[in-house]
Amino acid sequence: MSAQRPGDPLISRRAFVTASAAALVTAALAPGVQLITLATARPSNEPASKTARWGLLIDTTRCQKGCRDCVTACGTENGLQHSSRPSTDPQWLRIVEMKDPKSGRTQSVPMMCQHCAHPPCVDVCPTGASFKRADGIVLVDRHICIGCRYCMMACPYKARSFVHEELTDQRPLVPRGKGCVEGCTLCVQRIDRDREPACVEACRAAGHDAMLFGDLNDPKSAIAQRVAQFATSQVRADLKLDPGVRYMGL
Amino acid sequence: MPAIAMRELGGTSGRYYALLAAIGVFVALGLIACVYMETHGHIVTGMDNQIVWGMPHVFAVFLIVAASGALNVASTASVFGRAVYKPLAPLSALLAIALLAGGLSVLVLDLGRPERITVAMTHFNFSSIFAWNIFLYTGFFAIVGIYLWFMLDRTMNRHATRAGLVAFVWRLVLTTGTGSIFGFLVAREAYDSALLAPMFIVFSFAYGTAIFMLTLLAAHRWDERPLAEDLLQRLNRLLALFVAAVLYFVTVFHLTKLYVARFHDIERFVLLDGGVFTALFWLGQVLLGGIVPLLILYHPRLSRSRGWTAFAAAFVVLGGMAQMYVTIIGAQVYPIALFPGMQEASSFFDGEIHTYAPSFPEVLLGFGGFAIAAAIVLIALRVLRLLPERLDTAVRSEA
Repeated sequence: MSAQRPGDPLISRRAFVTASAAALVTAALAPGVQLITLATARPSNEPASKTARWGLLIDTTRCQKGCRDCVTACGTENGLQHSSRPSTDPQWLRIVEMKDPKSGRTQSVPMMCQHCAHPPCVDVCPTGASFKRADGIVLVDRHICIGCRYCMMACPYKARSFVHEELTDQRPLVPRGKGCVEGCTLCVQRIDRDREPACVEACRAAGHDAMLFGDLNDPKSAIAQRVAQFATSQVRADLKLDPGVRYMGL
Repeated sequence: MPAIAMRELGGTSGRYYALLAAIGVFVALGLIACVYMETHGHIVTGMDNQIVWGMPHVFAVFLIVAASGALNVASTASVFGRAVYKPLAPLSALLAIALLAGGLSVLVLDLGRPERITVAMTHFNFSSIFAWNIFLYTGFFAIVGIYLWFMLDRTMNRHATRAGLVAFVWRLVLTTGTGSIFGFLVAREAYDSALLAPMFIVFSFAYGTAIFMLTLLAAHRWDERPLAEDLLQRLNRLLALFVAAVLYFVTVFHLTKLYVARFHDIERFVLLDGGVFTALFWLGQVLLGGIVPLLILYHPRLSRSRGWTAFAAAFVVLGGMAQMYVTIIGAQVYPIALFPGMQEASSFFDGEIHTYAPSFPEVLLGFGGFAIAAAIVLIALRVLRLLPERLDTAVRSEA
């Protein structure tokens, strides 16, 4: 190459194009590479597996009265802001204080979408926005939810909320929108990255260990073994919806 | 039977346009209410996560149920061969279309995302009764529209009876669909009964006939068109029969509920200690909407008065609105039992009787639905020959 003359570009056009292309490829691939290393459970371009049935086992005897750590963690993870209007604020997870009027026995029961195998919300949704993923997680497709609230009429667990007002500061991985219905997603954004739901993590961090998350279909998983070993119950088992959330101690 | 001349709605233009403008104001207010609700979100309504279907649904479902019942008179003429009602069949079909349009407008404008109605028309989940209803409603418009065309077009008139039969079957299926929206909801103790579908059909007979009679009386008074006394008597008896059938079905519905122990609490709520809901049930639905109209319609003197007939029909409509309020709101106010037999409490109002106060925009939207139906009827009657010129001689000659 001849000596550089005044006025010549610092690098040749060919070198510039080559370097730019390399930079572009790197920029495009790097986040993907990063994603793949995080998402060991399932690459983002693969559909959810039918072989799994994600579920929760909640031991109400370990649930501490007055503790709201799971509820707080759910709100933080999913960007649920609370105003002074509890009747319209979305509540994906709540604690139901239950009392037997005959014996006086009380219990705190975390209640959320039960991720039914036969979900009434999916049955009644006119557009198919309410749907069950192959791995058993019941979700709302916010792109085709028309906000008819029929699912809220149909859910026997009162697990769904309607977004009554404009939302701000949403979490990037948790799309939500005014005029649509929503509910517990089992923290699908974490599950797809091989992490536990936020409520389960918070309960463990608080030292209560009342919640166990896992694959009910995998006989080697802790949850499947516990369900096989101990008596567990389903809320409103009479409806035969086969919920993915099971309880102990009820 | 001599051919009966059909004529457009007359009256001076000034009088007609004043009425149309008055109705237009209500349509506009309904639309403004909708824009307000959609801009701010449902936070400006009385609805919340406990009462998810509010006043707009009360109006919308009433109008949709009444729409199928408004077709009664046409069906009686075409399907059951009662020639006396034949001149009234076009008005009956028009009312059916108008009421359904009014009801659906309210239903759609109350959606969280009404602009996504195209999504509802392109994505179907056929296990949902709502999805079926989209076909049932659009099909109803098409079938009743064709039926109306066959009735009005002399060249197609010979097919009118068959079209009337299809429309009759379709409206039964349609109201079965409307009743089943509620009947199949096992989550709500106030519903969870297959009786809701046939009961809604009987409701529709009464509400639709009542609205038909009010429209007929108003239209004939507007033009001072003669209306035979015995025709009104026939309509009176028809309405009375439907009102009695409503009372019968409501009685059977609550008796079957009371037979099942797990429904005792919800029945106690509706029938005894539900406050405004108990009052609306007994005083609104049963007394005002049932017993009082029956007394008027069977009274030897009152039943001969057009004023009292109009009152009876108006009471049936008001009773119907009370019924919808109890059926739709009352069922949601009563809490869902997660743990039957246990006491429950939570930040999400579990175990509590919920409260609901309809907001002004919701009520405006509801009246907007009535206004849309009224505007359609008023415009159609002015531009099309749907009303018989006189209804006295023809009836007499047939009777």
